[in-house]
Amino acid sequence: MSEVKNDDEILSVSKLKKSFGSNTVLSEVDLKLKKGETVVILGRSGTGKSVILKCIIGLIFPDSGSIEIFGEDFLSIKQAEKSKLRIRIGFLFQSGALYDSMTVRQNLEFPIIRQPDYKKSDLSGKVEEMLENVGLVEAIDKMPSELSGGMQKRIGLARTLMLEPEIILYDEPTTGLDPVTSNEISHLILDMQKKLDVSSLIVTHDMQCAKLVSNRIVVLKDGKFAAEGTYEELEKSDDEFVRGFFKFE
Amino acid sequence: MEVKPKKKQKLKLPASSEEFFQKIAGLASFAVKFLIELFKPPYEINETLKQFFMIGYKSFPLVAITGFIIGLTLTLQSIPTLDKFGAASLVPSMVALAVILEIGPVITSLIFAGKIGSGIGAELGSMKVTEQIDSMEVSGTNPFKYLVVTRIFAATLMLPILVILADAIALFGGFLAINIFDYTSLKTYLVSAMANITFSDIIPAVTKTFLFGMSIGVVGCYEGYNASRGTESVGIAANTAVVISSLMVILIDMVMVQLASIIF
Ligand SMILES: Nc1ncnc2c1ncn2[C@@H]1O[C@H](COP(=O)(O)OP(=O)(O)OP(=O)(O)O)[C@@H](O)[C@H]1O
Ligand SMILES: [Mg+2]
Repeated sequence: MSEVKNDDEILSVSKLKKSFGSNTVLSEVDLKLKKGETVVILGRSGTGKSVILKCIIGLIFPDSGSIEIFGEDFLSIKQAEKSKLRIRIGFLFQSGALYDSMTVRQNLEFPIIRQPDYKKSDLSGKVEEMLENVGLVEAIDKMPSELSGGMQKRIGLARTLMLEPEIILYDEPTTGLDPVTSNEISHLILDMQKKLDVSSLIVTHDMQCAKLVSNRIVVLKDGKFAAEGTYEELEKSDDEFVRGFFKFE
Repeated sequence: MEVKPKKKQKLKLPASSEEFFQKIAGLASFAVKFLIELFKPPYEINETLKQFFMIGYKSFPLVAITGFIIGLTLTLQSIPTLDKFGAASLVPSMVALAVILEIGPVITSLIFAGKIGSGIGAELGSMKVTEQIDSMEVSGTNPFKYLVVTRIFAATLMLPILVILADAIALFGGFLAINIFDYTSLKTYLVSAMANITFSDIIPAVTKTFLFGMSIGVVGCYEGYNASRGTESVGIAANTAVVISSLMVILIDMVMVQLASIIF
């Protein structure tokens, strides 16, 4: 997909640094996300892609650097304001992270019924609609333990979309799914962007998904982004390492 | 990915004095946060009721059996001894004093710590490890309120009720034991059992059980909520929760008994 043409910067990460003990995971990460843009993060397993997303949402506190979301300094605002901002940001966990003591319906309703300005009418038919999107309406009264790994992932995605976030951070949305479902999820991500002008940051190893949804791709290596460009540009990169992600044979 | 040799994980009791004080501070600030969040709306009423059921109602059978057996055996063992001094008629009163002041609250709380402390520690620990707590946090809800406040509150309110029930059942066990030797009516038994117990005995005995309940809830939630990564930390959380909360029960008991003897 082509580049997004506007200058509304909705998320800006700069000079992000994070180590766990002596293990330096991120050394200098800079990232900008515009309104309506979809950026894909590539990188070998264990290089810190999930850590970047968790820093952005505030689950991991970086050692240094700054994170600005919707123009606010996310690292220094108060907890109450942080919660308010977080409602506008969706996060899909790599593991799905469904609440295993609740049914699928309760999982999806959980964040919505706890909003301060919640009205019962907000909810009518919404759970069913979101489950329809991920093709799992029949699972509505099941417990997470009764679902397969891929189904849990799709429920996780439906739950993330419930609050209609403006930014969505996806941690490997299609990993562990069959090719048909993967393709459906990729199209769902694309729809979200087109219909609702959602900005997305996607960590994925699924190059078909990356090709379909990305406006821009960044490649994480040794704690910083080693390359940046559109799918077509990076596919023809001079760098052997970068091209390695695009080889299928 | 680099694989690091894992340190052998044993039951994690604080190793150094620094860790010890960190844990104390952590527990204290957890308790303070609980008290602050408890009174702030919105209230998680449904979840609180569910926890009353899980923590209170489901512990009742265990607590009841223990109470009954303690009352029964204590009486059975006291009768021959006191009989030698011609004081067998004091048995109900002695058993009642022992059960209501000390044995009932402490034994019930220790059993409660084993059942509920480990249960909460394991449940919250596995929610932490599988990122469910993180997931609540990023969706703008307050997991502390939903998970921690409800459980500590339920433990604080349910334990005193369980203790009172256990005391009553223990006294009933004592009544049966006395009837093995010779016939007494329930009324006579209760009158002589309560003869030496005053209000100022009962108030501190009940008050301390609130503190026991709260500390068991706080420790269980703290250990689970702060579990580290990996499934083994779930076991560690459950285990540590039982050890520390049992210890807390004994320590608080000691302090409260001293305090009560000063005040009353
Ligand atoms: N909470 C944490 N505490 C300690 N180390 C951590 C923590 N989270 C991540 N790490 C370490 O950071 C590194 C990067 O982890 P991360 O989960 O971000 O990898 P990833 O790029 O998402 O890999 P994958 O593609 O396999 O999901 C790993 O070495 C991991 O051990
Ligand atoms: Mg990851």
